[in-house]
Amino acid sequence: MTPAAPAPAMSSEKPTPAQLAQKELAQRAPVSVNDDVPAKVEVHDLNVYFRANHAIRHVSLSVKPQTVLAVIGPSGCGKSTFIRALNRMHDLVPGARVEGKVFVDGKDLYARGIDPVLLRRRVGMVFQRPNPFPTMSIFENVAAGLTLNGIGGNHAETVERCLRQAALWDEVKDRLKHAGTSLSGGQQQRLCIARALAVEPEVLLMDEPASALDPIATAKIEELIHELKERYTIIIVTHSMQQAARVSDNTAFFYLGELIEIGQTAQIFTNPRERRTEDYVTGKFG
Amino acid sequence: MENGRPGAENLGDRAFNGILWVLGIMILVVAGLIVLNLALVARPLAKDHSIWGFITQTRWDPVEDHFGALTFLYGTLVTAAISIALAVPVAIGLSLFITQFAPTKLGRVLTIPVELLAAIPSVVYGLWGLFIVVPWLRESIEPWLGKYFGWIPLFQGPPIGLGYLASGMILAVMILPTIVSVSVEVMKTTPETNREAALALGATKWEAVMMAVIPYSRAGIVGAVLLGLGRALGETMAVTMVIGNTPQISASLFAAGYSLPAVIANEFAEATSNVHVGALAGLGLILFATTFLLNAGARVLVTAVQKGPSRVRG
Amino acid sequence: MNLHASFTYRKVVDRGMAVVCAVFFALAFIPLLSVLWLVISKGAAGLSWAFFTQLPKPVGEVGGGIGNALVGTLFMVALACLIGLPLGVGAGVFLAEKGDGTIGNTVRFMAEVLSGVPSIVVGIVAYALVVVPMGHFSALAGAVALSILMIPTLARATEELVRLVPGSLREASLALGVPHWKTSLRVVIRTAMSGIVTACLLAVARAAGETAPLLFTALNNQYWNTDPRAPTASLTVAIFNYAISPYDDWHAKAWTASLVLLIVVGLLNIASRVLTRNRLKGAR
Repeated sequence: MTPAAPAPAMSSEKPTPAQLAQKELAQRAPVSVNDDVPAKVEVHDLNVYFRANHAIRHVSLSVKPQTVLAVIGPSGCGKSTFIRALNRMHDLVPGARVEGKVFVDGKDLYARGIDPVLLRRRVGMVFQRPNPFPTMSIFENVAAGLTLNGIGGNHAETVERCLRQAALWDEVKDRLKHAGTSLSGGQQQRLCIARALAVEPEVLLMDEPASALDPIATAKIEELIHELKERYTIIIVTHSMQQAARVSDNTAFFYLGELIEIGQTAQIFTNPRERRTEDYVTGKFG
Repeated sequence: MENGRPGAENLGDRAFNGILWVLGIMILVVAGLIVLNLALVARPLAKDHSIWGFITQTRWDPVEDHFGALTFLYGTLVTAAISIALAVPVAIGLSLFITQFAPTKLGRVLTIPVELLAAIPSVVYGLWGLFIVVPWLRESIEPWLGKYFGWIPLFQGPPIGLGYLASGMILAVMILPTIVSVSVEVMKTTPETNREAALALGATKWEAVMMAVIPYSRAGIVGAVLLGLGRALGETMAVTMVIGNTPQISASLFAAGYSLPAVIANEFAEATSNVHVGALAGLGLILFATTFLLNAGARVLVTAVQKGPSRVRG
Repeated sequence: MNLHASFTYRKVVDRGMAVVCAVFFALAFIPLLSVLWLVISKGAAGLSWAFFTQLPKPVGEVGGGIGNALVGTLFMVALACLIGLPLGVGAGVFLAEKGDGTIGNTVRFMAEVLSGVPSIVVGIVAYALVVVPMGHFSALAGAVALSILMIPTLARATEELVRLVPGSLREASLALGVPHWKTSLRVVIRTAMSGIVTACLLAVARAAGETAPLLFTALNNQYWNTDPRAPTASLTVAIFNYAISPYDDWHAKAWTASLVLLIVVGLLNIASRVLTRNRLKGAR
């Protein structure tokens, strides 16, 4: 890996976020790049408007299957707005308008005739604050995506599988009938992840999933992302560059609603191409 | 692809929305039905009576089919005035006690008796009034008032117990929970910072209340009183049982009288003619219009306070 | 109020006002205790199985009971629930989900104002709606009057409860691919359900205690009745008739019947608090 371009060598100065990120990167196994596999998610010229406000401007990017894309940028740069466009959550906001194409496995989610309700089962979402359904038990929460959609039958196998995938099974297997809200914050978030997995999505969108959690719970979630990567394609919004360095293969930097740069995580933090990216990752703003 | 109306993503959504709209419009339908039916039943009255004539005359004659509402208006207003005069100071004091002077946990417990008072049915209050309050007034209070204050016309006349004073007192107990619950809600929305600023200036608890809480909640408290007044005007059973049901106007609080809801309750089932029924419905219309205006006014005042002080002229 | 007055004076005023407020509190307490004490002490003596199950006896004869009145109240309140609960809760859900436009605001305004309409006026409306077309008094008319009384309060309470449900739950459900209407019904309303049940029980308690609108809709009946088209006795009208009669033993019956009414209303209030605790273990 090439060394970072502007790297203050003096130990008395505070390390930039990029340097901290590089430290994390150094501890990871190198990421293999597979160029022949077609992209799982492809975004073409995405624009999102909230009435007169042009919130997302001409964004195009692609995400390969079974990889993790981190979306970083200062507050208000449009990170959350961007990923919410990927499962058509803006359909529910009055005054919101989305233009452009979002392809998942070659099918445009915004094409005529596509049912937004059905597509949300293929593109799942985990939110910033854990939000288990308070009137349901742990078991019922995980199975909620299925039972609410009228898919009957015994969900015990699915629930166990998803709780295992979310690394929560051992902790809750004896109290599946307890309330979903009886768990700690970190456990609740993993419960929400299990719930999202139960409908068998192919893409998982995560909007700052660990920002409301303590460091230990955060570490568990990040470990989880590593495991989930083997079956799912993950796009994660994060305000922590170290977290991006720890979990992602590729990173996209957003600023003021525009995609400034996207590339391999290592490259973004050690050798960014764009001036604004460099300013951000070296901590000059944001 | 602008979203004008988000949420109608499929047939199930459209059906659900449709049902909700129907249910919502039903409220408007109910309101319309109330006004329409009152007017319909009252129609025969309009043949020989003008609105002004109806309101200002006292003669109530089912035999000759000639009706005037003044006696009942007077009775209703007098009892309501007594009840407000008695209930408002107590209610405000109580609300202040619950929200400002009592420790929080105690305050929460103290609202339970208020809720219990609200839950007692009107006819039980009437029973209690008839057999407990009326004799008490007749034997103790009214003679005492007559002895020391008999020079005021309000306290003259034989103490029979039944009458305006009895109704006013029982009404006061009945409207107390209404005024208290709304006042407590309004006082609770006073920003803590206002009170703390006053205390930081060295004010005592009471002064902080006068400086911060009362001015902020003033409009809301007025709203609460209006709601209580509305309740007092429309209260039927307890008043019917203790007011004496005598259609007369009298300056004395000890006298028996009659109120709008009481005469409707007593005469409607056996009303003799369409005009008679119409007159009673006319009384009902007066009641409806008055309580409608009071409630609307109260709502405006209470929501103005809850939205913030900038909307309310202190 | 003079902040420059002597501190002692201000302190005295402060303590004094606190005492005044406490006294006012006691003042409010006294009628409550008085009513409860008297109803229990005067009414308890008359409680008996016969009282609950027998028909009223004519004047002069000893004994008899309020059996038909009790059944009448239960019957009419049940009918009123059939009409009033769905309409009231449904209107409340409308206000919470769709109530942000002009029509929604008008509906909300109407619901608030209608909740203050005197019950006797509602009785006249029910008279016009049911008694006049039918040509005679009926339990149905009484039930209609009671349901009109239930609807506005229930609608406002339901709206508040549904609005309290956090938006994040709705989002979570939608993100799972659950359609809007199912999200509203099976997630949002389900979360608010315990509060809605409380509001319904309180509405029922209120309906059970109403007298005025029944006086010329359901009228009264000396016998058992479960036919909605016939006039019906009710607990509250029975209390009224006993109370204003000139007979002492009927006065005693009024107290006993009041005790029964207070027990019914009390049980409903207690039930509303008890039933709404979340049953799941460890639920917060």
